[in-house]
Amino acid sequence: MLFTSYEFLGFLLLLFVCYYTVPKKFQWMLLLLFSYVFYFLANPYYLIYISVTTVSVYYLGFKIEEQAEKQKAYLAAHKGTLGKEEKKAYKERVKKRQTGLFLAALILNLGILAVLKYTNFVIANVNGMLHAFGSGHTIVFVDLLLPMGISFYTFQAVGYLIDVYRGTVPAEKNLFRFALFVSFFPQLVQGPISRFHDLSQTLYEEHEFAWSRFSMGLQRILWGYFKKLVIADRMLIGVNEIIRNPDDYTGAYVFAGMMFYALELYADFTGGIDITIGTAQCLGIRVTENFNRPYFSKSIKEYWRRWHITMGTWFTDYIFYPISISGPMLKISKVSRKYLGNCIGKRVPVYLSSFAVWLATGIWHGASWNFIVWGLGNWAVIMISQELEPLYRRFHAHFHVEDKIGFRIFQIVRTVLLMSCLRTFDCYRDVPLTFRMFGTMFTARNWNILWDGSLLGLGLQLTDYLVLLAGTVLIFAVSMLQRSGSVREKIEAKPYPVRFAVWYGLFLIVLLMGVYGIGYDASQFIYNQF
Amino acid sequence: MEELIEILTNLHPDVDFETCDTLVDDKILDSFDIVTIISEVAEAFDVTISAKYILPKNFNSARALYDLIQKLEDEE
Repeated sequence: MLFTSYEFLGFLLLLFVCYYTVPKKFQWMLLLLFSYVFYFLANPYYLIYISVTTVSVYYLGFKIEEQAEKQKAYLAAHKGTLGKEEKKAYKERVKKRQTGLFLAALILNLGILAVLKYTNFVIANVNGMLHAFGSGHTIVFVDLLLPMGISFYTFQAVGYLIDVYRGTVPAEKNLFRFALFVSFFPQLVQGPISRFHDLSQTLYEEHEFAWSRFSMGLQRILWGYFKKLVIADRMLIGVNEIIRNPDDYTGAYVFAGMMFYALELYADFTGGIDITIGTAQCLGIRVTENFNRPYFSKSIKEYWRRWHITMGTWFTDYIFYPISISGPMLKISKVSRKYLGNCIGKRVPVYLSSFAVWLATGIWHGASWNFIVWGLGNWAVIMISQELEPLYRRFHAHFHVEDKIGFRIFQIVRTVLLMSCLRTFDCYRDVPLTFRMFGTMFTARNWNILWDGSLLGLGLQLTDYLVLLAGTVLIFAVSMLQRSGSVREKIEAKPYPVRFAVWYGLFLIVLLMGVYGIGYDASQFIYNQF
Repeated sequence: MEELIEILTNLHPDVDFETCDTLVDDKILDSFDIVTIISEVAEAFDVTISAKYILPKNFNSARALYDLIQKLEDEE
């Protein structure tokens, strides 16, 4: 069931009615039921996978905490009788048992994700190698079911497991409550990747119906539909035309496609997250924000703090930090300082850990070399800019342009262009083709297509471009207004006729200008495939 | 404390670490800085700061970080 389907709207309506009608203590149970129905309607077999993840992480997380509680009780009971060394040895034994349980859960769940998502990628590469060595053998691809949103719910569950193992959150004692945390349907499709500590604060609470909160949620859903149906799905037509016909569209068309894709991806992903957060808000549940006006970032590093925030913090907290401050990495740091000098040596752990993080980020995004190269491309750009930092500092000390509006605009445009270049790997079918198409931009002699009307041949009419332009201006204006706080709250403070005009107007725009038509099926959200 | 201030100042010479208590909140320290600090602290104080202690409240000021180091020293 797509977020953009009529069935979904009916599903939401039924949920809202039931949610605020049943006794409040049953609200979270109702949410669990609806979440499982949502997943069941997508594909009944998906339930098997999400149930395995839920039960295994719940049970092993529970056992990990049980070990910690036993340790606490044992140490309290033997206070004063145990020596320092005995205490230490006992703690180490407990930690070892906890680590065993932790690894079992980790291997099982990441193993499921890896097998379902990457088996055919591995087979394709093995076949490629067999072919390169002249072998006539090929391994047959396997037909595996990839559950919707598996990367999101697996990461969410694994994040919880790590937190329990670290002792930073208590293990959830109720299996069904934990099942809701893993399967909460609005964020099942494309995140955000919530932390147990954050989501659980409002997920299980009893919620009284409050019109102001409910209407705010509906407004956010409407804004999400505007971005998805009016902007993203319209832009998709042009993007698809360019990237699916690489021989016909080279040079300046690649540049146009790159910029179109930047708009499409933003409208698609942030629109989907708006629908997610708006739905949760209607239910009285607070979901972590996933974007903070990313296209206003002045560097790629900053961009990644503002785009898909929950994924970035997940990788930082659960991969980057543990690797970079692990015992072996601290030893590497020591050795590298000795042989490479303090200045370079101390940066080695950071660079190695970042490499691992970006490799994992690329792999997480998809089972293809395109995403791996995309991930490592991000890593390379961030590392280069990190290395150039002293140079930037000298430049700013000399020229004092840091606070000049012109320079800030230059930094923002540079970041958008850099990110758009890297994203071409998302678009084309393989890495060599991506490089080839990227290269055509530098030898292009067809830049006139940007203004001579050729872009009208991409399946988009002049009216489509006008709608896209107006929509982009509107998104930009809203982003500017967001600098001083919530735009919905600002509108809320206006007189009733103004509010009515704004929201009814937006509703009509979505209704009349959304990309529909006879036989048209709203496209899947891009991040749905992850 | 002086040794810690020296480590931090080497990283960001322009920041007053004696008074600033929003190092993480104001994004003065990023994840790269935090890893470098942990590595330097391990070297200078022979203390391992594990990932579970990487919280804004522990890195927002030099004083908070110093308190954490002392706590870990006592535990070890």
